[in-house]
Amino acid sequence: MIADGVEDEEKWLAAGIAGLQQNAFYMHRALDSNNLRDALKYSAQMLSELRTSRLSPHKYYELYMRAFDELRKLEMFFKEETRRGCSIVDLYELVQHAGNILPRLYLLCTVGSVYIKSKEAPAKDVLKDLVEMCRGIQHPVRGLFLRSYLAQVSRDKLPDIGSEYEGDADTAVDAVEFVLQNFTEMNKLWVRMQHQGPAREKEKREKERSELRDLVGKNLHVLSQIEGIDLDMYKDSVLPRVLEQVVNCKDEIAQYYLMDCIIQVFPDEYHLQTLDVLLGAFPQLQPTVDIKTVLSRLMERLSNYAASSADVLPEFLQVEAFAKLNNAIGKVIEAQPDMPILGVITLYSSLLTFTLHVHPDRLDYADQVLGACVKKLSGKGKLEENKATKQIVALLSAPLDKYNDIVTALKLSNYPRVLEYLDTETNKVMSTVIIQSIMKNKTRISTADRVEALFELIKGLIKDLDGAVLDEVDEDDFKEEQNSVARLIQLLHNDEPEEMFKIICTVRKHILGGGPKRLPFTVPPLVFSSLKLVRQLQGQEENPFGEEESTTPKKIFQLLNQTVETLSNIPAPELALQLYLQCAEAANDCDLEPVAYEFFTQAFILYEEEISDSRAQITAIHLIIGTLQRMHVFGVENRDTLTHKATGYSAKLLKKPDQCRAVYACSHLFWVDDQDNVKDGERVLLCLKRALRIANAAQQMSNAARGSTGSVTLFVEILNKYLYFFEKGNPQINVAAIQSLIELVTTEMQSDSSTPDPAADAFFASTLRYIEFQKQKGGALGEKYEPIKA
Amino acid sequence: MNYLIGAFKLPCNICISFADGKSRNQVPLKKENGKTVMVALFQSQESIVGEVVIEPMHGKKVEHNGVKIELLGQIELYFDRGNFYDFTSLVRELDVPGELYERKTYPFEFSTVEMPYESYNGVNVRLRYILKVTISRNYVSNIVEYQDFVVRNYTPPPSINNSIKMEVGIEDCLHIEFEYNKSKYHLKDVIIGKIYFLLVRIKLKNMELEIRRRESTGSGPNTYVETETLAKFELMDGAPVRGESIPVRLFLSPYELAPTYRNISNKFSVKYYLNLVLVDEEDRRYFKQQEITMYRLLET
Repeated sequence: MIADGVEDEEKWLAAGIAGLQQNAFYMHRALDSNNLRDALKYSAQMLSELRTSRLSPHKYYELYMRAFDELRKLEMFFKEETRRGCSIVDLYELVQHAGNILPRLYLLCTVGSVYIKSKEAPAKDVLKDLVEMCRGIQHPVRGLFLRSYLAQVSRDKLPDIGSEYEGDADTAVDAVEFVLQNFTEMNKLWVRMQHQGPAREKEKREKERSELRDLVGKNLHVLSQIEGIDLDMYKDSVLPRVLEQVVNCKDEIAQYYLMDCIIQVFPDEYHLQTLDVLLGAFPQLQPTVDIKTVLSRLMERLSNYAASSADVLPEFLQVEAFAKLNNAIGKVIEAQPDMPILGVITLYSSLLTFTLHVHPDRLDYADQVLGACVKKLSGKGKLEENKATKQIVALLSAPLDKYNDIVTALKLSNYPRVLEYLDTETNKVMSTVIIQSIMKNKTRISTADRVEALFELIKGLIKDLDGAVLDEVDEDDFKEEQNSVARLIQLLHNDEPEEMFKIICTVRKHILGGGPKRLPFTVPPLVFSSLKLVRQLQGQEENPFGEEESTTPKKIFQLLNQTVETLSNIPAPELALQLYLQCAEAANDCDLEPVAYEFFTQAFILYEEEISDSRAQITAIHLIIGTLQRMHVFGVENRDTLTHKATGYSAKLLKKPDQCRAVYACSHLFWVDDQDNVKDGERVLLCLKRALRIANAAQQMSNAARGSTGSVTLFVEILNKYLYFFEKGNPQINVAAIQSLIELVTTEMQSDSSTPDPAADAFFASTLRYIEFQKQKGGALGEKYEPIKA
Repeated sequence: MNYLIGAFKLPCNICISFADGKSRNQVPLKKENGKTVMVALFQSQESIVGEVVIEPMHGKKVEHNGVKIELLGQIELYFDRGNFYDFTSLVRELDVPGELYERKTYPFEFSTVEMPYESYNGVNVRLRYILKVTISRNYVSNIVEYQDFVVRNYTPPPSINNSIKMEVGIEDCLHIEFEYNKSKYHLKDVIIGKIYFLLVRIKLKNMELEIRRRESTGSGPNTYVETETLAKFELMDGAPVRGESIPVRLFLSPYELAPTYRNISNKFSVKYYLNLVLVDEEDRRYFKQQEITMYRLLET
């Protein structure tokens, strides 16, 4: 059916074009032979093709354009005809003899154009007559095209000021009057289309109407080009008249399009000066009109206008643009109770953008907008609609983009209140946006109050919000988010320790509620941030704070202790252990023995009670050994206790090779290069011997279990430890011990039961090469090595 | 043979001419045989002056009982064809009985002739003016020659010329108000007016204005009425809505109109009407007819 319709239409169009061309041909012949009578006859017949009702506007336009071209030629002919002495007045009458109205009016407009050019009558009179006579076409499509033709032929003949057709004092008024009248009539026809034809074709009609809208809008464009319209005239007559028509037509499509047209065609300066009038029309539009888009565009234009030059800003202030827009938006929302929340937010979002551009210094305006938005949102609960939440994100991002500074946004008291209306997901998105803004601009947030406010804003990321379901959260996304929070925590800084401490406390307060999933991400940066503060304080020799409450490393350590403890509860023992060790090292640097001891105690407790995985144990024990080795704050007793513990745990690891390695690592606990009081050669040797024993045991176990001894790697590693301490001058490590170890390794390697291990062979070979190298190098060390035979 | 032909031929030529024939306006007149000839134009109260030339054929003598010229105003009703009713009849004797040997010229004059009616060629009736020259003869038929001329009477603009204004409609369907600027129009006049739509509940397609001529002839039971549409002029295309006002501007000059004739000698009347026709989408026609008076304005 539909395909047939299209085909038929093509046929009708083709027939129309054929008829038009045929008559155009005869018309041309008449024009060539200066036969006015025939010219009129055939042109009228040609134009009769435009009387068709069968074509859609689109196809009708095609036909119209062809007729239009022909009419240009006819107009030339009329002009020549008058030059040949034919009176234009007679011609004007003559074309009106045509019996059919549509051809008659096309001809009348064509002659009218020549009539105006002849200046035998004032342009305004001819135009008035033409625009009046065109009332005879009440068919919407034909009427629109006819009047569009009139607009086209008259646009360069308006009695505008400065035009050659300028009339008396009120000439611009006449020009405006003509255009307005044509506009009004066209709009009426256009609107009428909506109400004609069956209801089921509504969609098709609306499509057709939208194809025709530019014909109507063109009038407004012509109007905007009239030089004679100054601001006063625009304000007093033009705009009110146009708006009256727009409002009274009560048509959704027309109102939307025309309001947009008005905004686009007239200068911004005029809009600014007529804001009252223009905005006053919005609440009167049909409730279904998409006001938000139009109003947003207006604000966008005004924003750009404000941005174009600083000179215009006083104008904005003078007309109180913000207050008026704000007021108008309120009224529009009131007048359209069915407006979706998306629309409301879009409006406020545009207003916010406007005020940010135009009044960047008036934070209170921005806050006002947000406040109004909150008011509108209240009672609606969380927003579910996807688009609406997106729009809110845009709304909230606007101040961040503008000021590049979250600090400014934090001053907006309504900012967090808007956030509350977001669902959890969007809240997170928004929080991420905020954090990214901070990162991008490297914003310094340096007071506890602001940190407090900031964390209030991003609490979507900091803790589980009520009723949120976490199962759906993508693991990677979650990590991403939390990593960004961690980065944010690192960014918070204040040189003033006192304030920094407050910041830390604030952050701590917020993140502690984050639950087991977040703490592993958020605690470490907080710990390191605190440790940084500790090091800063430690750098200042004297404790600068006399008062009781001043920030001391001790206080910070107390806090840290509690903080890390939370990790062990969730549980994340490995992480907690690492942090304890970090703290211990910091305490060590601060010469706080009890504190450091306490941290080690905590670490050991964790090791004993929480870390059960053998791999984790290996890692943990090596960390403990490493940290302990660097400690210098401990007294002999404490140190002994701790090293004893460490050695004990080392020997209790599950696998022999691990035991071995941990034990030989422990040897370093008794020999610290830069600590003279920790140079216990005997115990070093004990450790190494113990390691050897374990290595032997490992070999035997392997032999027993698999029938072949394991690799000699452990022995080579121990050999290297021997060499290390040998070089360091440990008196217990002598040439003989080393020599026997080398032999041991050599024998093991040659034994039949040994498993070939190229890595171990290479390791051993390079160890021997090292010995040779030292020998050759000579010097004190070389001499020491001399007796060793490789 | 020549002789024979000569026997049936009129024995003389008669030629009627007007004194101011060269300068007088000529207008076309359609004759009974369908041919259009140009004839002199007169109006009432004019003197009709001229001469009749009678020229006997090659030396023949014409014996007669007298020569006269008549000016006749005649009405011919076609249902009674051939039967002329003379409403005007004036006679001038041109010659006493005698014989004509040679060409002879008779001047004649009808001074300030009352010719109240205009020449008219209608569907069922004709009103004509003729000059009729009769050479009366004994025993043989009279020799007669006619000369048509046309009379047109001019009237000054009427002192009272009200507009025609009326509200009409079909209840709850269509209410319109129309206005034509005058009730009396001269032949080259322009009808200016407007149609105002008060209520439109039917789907109109277009609207046109017709000029109709109604010619009624005879009287009583023998009245014949003939209506012709002389003009069809489209006023509106498409369907208007309530409150629309459609302009009317109709130039009358392109149409062949004549003045209104009311009860000419109790024989016939010719009246003009403006017929406003609204056509709906189902091609139903709604119309309202208004009489207008046409008159011939003296062209200056």
